[in-house]
Amino acid sequence: MNPLQLCLVFSSLLFAVGLAGALARNNGILVLLGLELMLNAANLNFIAFWRFHPGAAPATGVIFVIFAIAVTAAETAVGLALVIALYRHQQNIRLSEANRLKG
Amino acid sequence: MNAVLILIALVTVGAAILAMSRRNLLHSVLLFAGSWAGVGAFFLWAGAEFAAFAQVLVYVGAISMVVLFAVLLTRRSREDLAPGPVSRSRAISAVLAGIAVAAVLLAAVAGTPLAVSAGPAPAVSVRQIGGELMGPHAAALLVVGVLLTVALLGAVVLAAGDRPENPEDAP
Repeated sequence: MNPLQLCLVFSSLLFAVGLAGALARNNGILVLLGLELMLNAANLNFIAFWRFHPGAAPATGVIFVIFAIAVTAAETAVGLALVIALYRHQQNIRLSEANRLKG
Repeated sequence: MNAVLILIALVTVGAAILAMSRRNLLHSVLLFAGSWAGVGAFFLWAGAEFAAFAQVLVYVGAISMVVLFAVLLTRRSREDLAPGPVSRSRAISAVLAGIAVAAVLLAAVAGTPLAVSAGPAPAVSVRQIGGELMGPHAAALLVVGVLLTVALLGAVVLAAGDRPENPEDAP
């Protein structure tokens, strides 16, 4: 198995852990952190292909990752603000109780 | 070289698994910070120093602190840190979904012939990254700046809420 495949295995495992956590946990903050983990796995792939793909442009992967990190930071800020707003409404952050719009 | 990569991968994925299975939310967040630091170590290993710095500054520094603040703001007592147990069937089905996705991805990775360049990492200096950001990617940089500003303003608006004024607080 060559190093690129090892990197891809690493990021696949990280993605799967994030997905399982986001699906399993009932806590708003932990679901958000599971999403972060999946995005990190995507960044890992960018860097792995930039490093190992023959003929990749010199700075492409790094710039991709920088933009992805910036977008993730914005997403985290809004997500945590939503969690705090949820806490103000129902005095906890359990997502199973956030069902006021349920039909 | 591969041994270092495998070590980084084991530490990162192990920290993530532990973080997702902990009952105490504070432990989870600290383990997540460790996992993000592991991803930063991978960036260093791959020769993307600038991405590693960004990862450490943004994730290990800023996002973990913001998440810790959110954890501490959204609890009422010490016991609140350990939320009630997740339903068993939900946990099992989530883990099964994760294993299924991992299996599909791993099969695809193992079954694809991937060409690898044997040479060293593409050398990229900070000056070069700055030139790329300000030159060909200037429009994207501006859009990201506007996005961050709007998102942070929106976060403030969402989190601040509209609390009724207490007349006794008025000077």
